[in-house]
Amino acid sequence: MNDLVSHAPPAFVKEGGNPYPELFRRDYASQSPAYAPIYKTSVLRSPRNALLSIDHSVSETTGPMFGQNELGMLDNDLILNYAKDGEAIGPRIIVHGYILDENGRGLPNTLVEFWQANAGGRYRHKNDTYLAPIDPNFGGCGRTLTDENGYYYFRTIRPGAYPWRNYVNSWRPAHIHFSLFGNAFAQRLITQMYFEGDPLIKVCPIIKTIPDEEAIQRLIAPLDLNASVPDDTMAYRFDMVLRGRRSTLFENRLEGN
Amino acid sequence: MSVKYLKETASQTAGPYVHIGLAPHQAGFDIFQNNFDNNMVSATTRGAQIIIEGRVFDGSGSLVRDALIEAWQANADGRYNHPGDRQETGSVDPNFRGWGRACTDFETGLYRFYTVKPGPVAGRAGKVQAPHISLWIVARGINMGLNTRIYFADEEKANEADPILRGIELKKRRDTLIAKPSHKDGKTIYTFDIVLQGDNETVFFDV
Repeated sequence: MNDLVSHAPPAFVKEGGNPYPELFRRDYASQSPAYAPIYKTSVLRSPRNALLSIDHSVSETTGPMFGQNELGMLDNDLILNYAKDGEAIGPRIIVHGYILDENGRGLPNTLVEFWQANAGGRYRHKNDTYLAPIDPNFGGCGRTLTDENGYYYFRTIRPGAYPWRNYVNSWRPAHIHFSLFGNAFAQRLITQMYFEGDPLIKVCPIIKTIPDEEAIQRLIAPLDLNASVPDDTMAYRFDMVLRGRRSTLFENRLEGN
Repeated sequence: MSVKYLKETASQTAGPYVHIGLAPHQAGFDIFQNNFDNNMVSATTRGAQIIIEGRVFDGSGSLVRDALIEAWQANADGRYNHPGDRQETGSVDPNFRGWGRACTDFETGLYRFYTVKPGPVAGRAGKVQAPHISLWIVARGINMGLNTRIYFADEEKANEADPILRGIELKKRRDTLIAKPSHKDGKTIYTFDIVLQGDNETVFFDV
């Protein structure tokens, strides 16, 4: 899991300087390549030209912000947010953790969105035709804002594994999708959280596109009994890290003038 | 020994069911009171209202009908609605966040944004960037969100001076970032197709 190192801003950052300087360059060594033939759909959906590297301007170092007033009271409770005549079926879990940047700082007030299959491995989506039944009381999505320390939590049921067409007999390990904003459009990230101990993790082609074993391990949430609610709900801990920010003072300035 | 930093979490594909989490209406159900969508403007937003419209193609020329696209842009003054924008000209428009989210249609493959045309934005080292909209594209088969920019064909002079466009050597490649205007029912529509792979592959950025 994440090593929670904290880096205070360097002392030479001046009062009144831009609190949102440019971002660290992305480290592609721990990211999947676009073209990853074991995940077959990537073959025709991956650019063949090299990405064009650009210096950051204010267009990259800023990003959309969201307010609590845009979210509903139950948006972070997937057991209740689509309940019609009962509660969602499945093992009740809490997922919680921190959204940090690479500097180790919690990212406050940032939107976190999540979605998942139901306990039988079926998505509430018009394109999902898997034979497992839809749960009438489970929508499968939610969202929350991190608090002032970058902490988030939500309640849901543990999703099921399901088959998909890649190889014959390919099964996705149980997972929850996450969408993160951070505070810059260049930090925008979608990822997936897996569950400690799932034997399907090792054989999943989508996970295997990641070239770095440690980066894979960081996607696996451990059971967190200390955060569980006795006689009620188990908990899993999942921290996520978005790109850090430089402290530029001495070179060509981010904005003109 | 080098300084130790945390590492960015590995990206994973948004998958075929991304709509459940980010656009539940497109997935076929209604769950949130407030939904994020492709309408970035209200009647009081300052500036010229425009429509961005286009399709996404894969390397075989087929439509990508399950893509999700987000837009981030400055307002008509060229200002971003964010405290990190320290430009000294223009002002933030309280009626414009500058962000929207669109899906390609499951049948037609079309995506659309309702927005305003952005103003020019400060670039690095005193340069000016031509009006542009940043896009982020995710879908099944895309392991990490793809970043590109929309520029406007009717901003020829500004485009010629734009530091990013100038960095693209081949005109044919540069042209993949230029949206062309047309007019219909009194509305201005800019067409911006995105080609993930192949002959007219869109320029994507390592931002």
